[in-house]
Amino acid sequence: MTLRNTFKTALVGLTTHKSRSILTILGIVIGITAIMLVMSLSQGATDLILSQIQGLGSQTIIVRAGREPSGPSDFASIFTTSLKDREVTAIKNPALVRGVVAVAPNVIGSGTALYGSETKNASLLGTTPDILQALEIYPKYGAFFNDGDVSGRSSVAVLGSEVKKELFGESDAVGETIKFYDRNFKVVGVFDDIGQIGAFDIDSNIIIPVTTANQYLLGASHYTVIMVRVESEAVVEKSADDIRQTLRELHNITDPDKDDFLVATQADLAERVGTITGVLSALLLSVAAISLIVGGIGIMNIMLVSVTERTREIGLRKAVGATTGDILKQFLFESVILTSTGGVIGIALGSLLSLVMSIVLTQFLEIDWGFAFPIMGALLGFGVSALIGLIFGIYPARQASKKSPIEALRYE
Amino acid sequence: MTNVIRVKNLEKIYTDGEVETPALSGVSFDVREGEFVAIMGPSGSGKSTMLHILGMLDRPTGGQYFLEGKDMNSYLDDELAHLRNTKFGFIFQAFNLLARTSVLENVKLPLAYSGIVESEQDKMAMKAIEAVGLSHRINHESSRLSGGEKQRVAIARALVNNPAVIFADEPTGNLDSKSGGQVMEFIDKLHDQGHTIILITHETYTAEYAERIIKLKDGKIESDEKVSERHRGGFTK
Repeated sequence: MTLRNTFKTALVGLTTHKSRSILTILGIVIGITAIMLVMSLSQGATDLILSQIQGLGSQTIIVRAGREPSGPSDFASIFTTSLKDREVTAIKNPALVRGVVAVAPNVIGSGTALYGSETKNASLLGTTPDILQALEIYPKYGAFFNDGDVSGRSSVAVLGSEVKKELFGESDAVGETIKFYDRNFKVVGVFDDIGQIGAFDIDSNIIIPVTTANQYLLGASHYTVIMVRVESEAVVEKSADDIRQTLRELHNITDPDKDDFLVATQADLAERVGTITGVLSALLLSVAAISLIVGGIGIMNIMLVSVTERTREIGLRKAVGATTGDILKQFLFESVILTSTGGVIGIALGSLLSLVMSIVLTQFLEIDWGFAFPIMGALLGFGVSALIGLIFGIYPARQASKKSPIEALRYE
Repeated sequence: MTNVIRVKNLEKIYTDGEVETPALSGVSFDVREGEFVAIMGPSGSGKSTMLHILGMLDRPTGGQYFLEGKDMNSYLDDELAHLRNTKFGFIFQAFNLLARTSVLENVKLPLAYSGIVESEQDKMAMKAIEAVGLSHRINHESSRLSGGEKQRVAIARALVNNPAVIFADEPTGNLDSKSGGQVMEFIDKLHDQGHTIILITHETYTAEYAERIIKLKDGKIESDEKVSERHRGGFTK
C-alpha cells in the first residue's frame, strides 16, 4: 500500500470517531501549548532583562559588597561592609586598575519624600557626579550636584522623573526644597524619563551626595555598590580582573570563593540571566513533558481500544490482501496523525496565548514585553508530538498487525 | 480444463495447549477452472477450516495445496497476502463492510493494497458496482443499506480485482429467503461469466446452485458428486 493511501486510510479511520479523536489529543494539545508558552515567555523575559542590562553600557563594571551566598545560612556574604573609601581610592589608582575613567560609590535606601502636602515613597541613591559618566545620564532641568557638594556633604538633591511628577506635578522643581528622611534638601536638578538601568530605576529615585546619605541619613560609612566606567569595551575584562586582584590584596583574600565583593560586567550579568531563565525554562518544560507523557499514554490506551473494536476490520483488510506491515503502518499513522494534529493545535494555542499575554503585560503593567513567535518551540513541539505518536502507537499497532485474519473475522 | 486448485491429503490440527483437535484429516480433491463447487457439512465438519485454508487465510498442518500448480507452502506470509489480493475474492456471511464508509470505498478496498493507480481503481470499482446493480447507491454509507444490498456490495468487492477464485462463506446466512435468492442469482451469474466459485453452506437449496457438492463430515470427504441439471437452481427457480 502506498504511503499516500495509508495516510488516507488512517485519516478516514480517525474521522469516523471525531469526538473521540479530539478528546484523545487533549493531553497532547495541553502539553504542547505549555511548551510553547514556556518557550515564548522565557524568551520574552530574557529579552526584557537583557535589554535592561544592556542599558548599563558595555563599558561599566559593577562592584558590589558581599558575594553570592554559598548556602541559605551564609548571611555574612550579603551583609558586609567590605566596600569603603579605601577600596574606592584603590580602584581609582591607575597603578592598580587599568583603564578607569570614573568611579562612583553608591549607597541605596528608601524613604518618604515630602513637598508641601504631597508625599512620595522614593528610593534613595547616594552617589557622586561620576555616576553621570558611569551610566551616561544627565539631568534635563537644572544641574547635577558637583564634587564640592560631595566633599561638603551638602543637602542637595536631583529627582527622578516620577518623583518630580508626584511631588511637583507640572510646576518647576529646581530651586524648591523637599523633605526626605526628615532632612531638607534643595532640588538642584531633575532627570527626564530614563527607565531601568541595571538594578536602578532612576525615575523613582532621589539622588543625593553619597557623603550626605551616609553621614546624615544612613549613619554608615560603607557603600553598597561601586560603579566603574572604563575607557573602552576592550579593556572591560582586564579592568574587572584588576579590580578583583586589587580588592583581594586589600582584604588579604587568597581563595576567590571567600571574596567579600562581587565584580560584574554587562557580559557577566547577561550570562547569569541566561542561566537563570534557562533553569526556570527547564523546570517548566519538564512539567510540560510530564503532561505529554500522560497524553501519550492516553493515546496508547485509546488506540488499544480502537484496535480491539476494529478487529473485524483488521481481519477483512488482511483477507483482501493487507500485509502485516500494511496494518502496522495504518495504525501507526493514525496515532502519529492524532498526536501531530494535537501538536499543531497546541502550537497555535500556545502562540495565541503568549501573544495575548505579551499584549496584557505591555498594556496593563507597562512593561515593554515583545512577542516573539518561538520557531524553535514550534519545531520542537511538532517533532515531540509526532514522536509521541510513534512511540506510544507502536505497541497498539503491533497488536493490530499480529491479529490472525481468521480469528479477526470470527470476532464478534 | 486446467485445475485451479488441487489439495492432497490436507490436514489441519488445532492445538490448544496440550489438547489437539483435528479439523481436517486427509482431504483431497481438485477444482477445475470455472467450476462452481459447494462444500457442505454440519457444523464441526471442517468446512470453515477448509475455506480458510483454500482462501490462504490459514496454513494446513499437513498435506499440500497447489494453487495454479504452485505449492502454498513455498509462499511467505506477505506473498500469501499478495495472492489473496490478486487471485481471490471473499464473500462473508456477516458482509464485513466498513461501516460509515461509502459503497465505492468499500468496493475499492482490495485495490488499495494492489498498487493500482487511483483513477484506475475508481473505474474498476464502478464496473463491479454496476455488475451488482448498485450504481445508484455508489456514495451511500454501507451501514444504511439493506442486508441484501450489503451482500451485493460485498459481491462487488469480491469481484473488483477480477479474481481467479471467489469464496463465498454462507453468503445467504444472514438474509431472508428473497434477498438470499437474489444474492445466489448474482453468484450464479459470476459463475456463468467464467469465475471459479467455492461456496460454503449448510443449506441444501443454496448448495444446489453449484455444479458439484463436496460433503464433509468429521474432517473427511463423505461424498463428492455432480449436481444433476434438474436439481440445479435452488429456491428461486
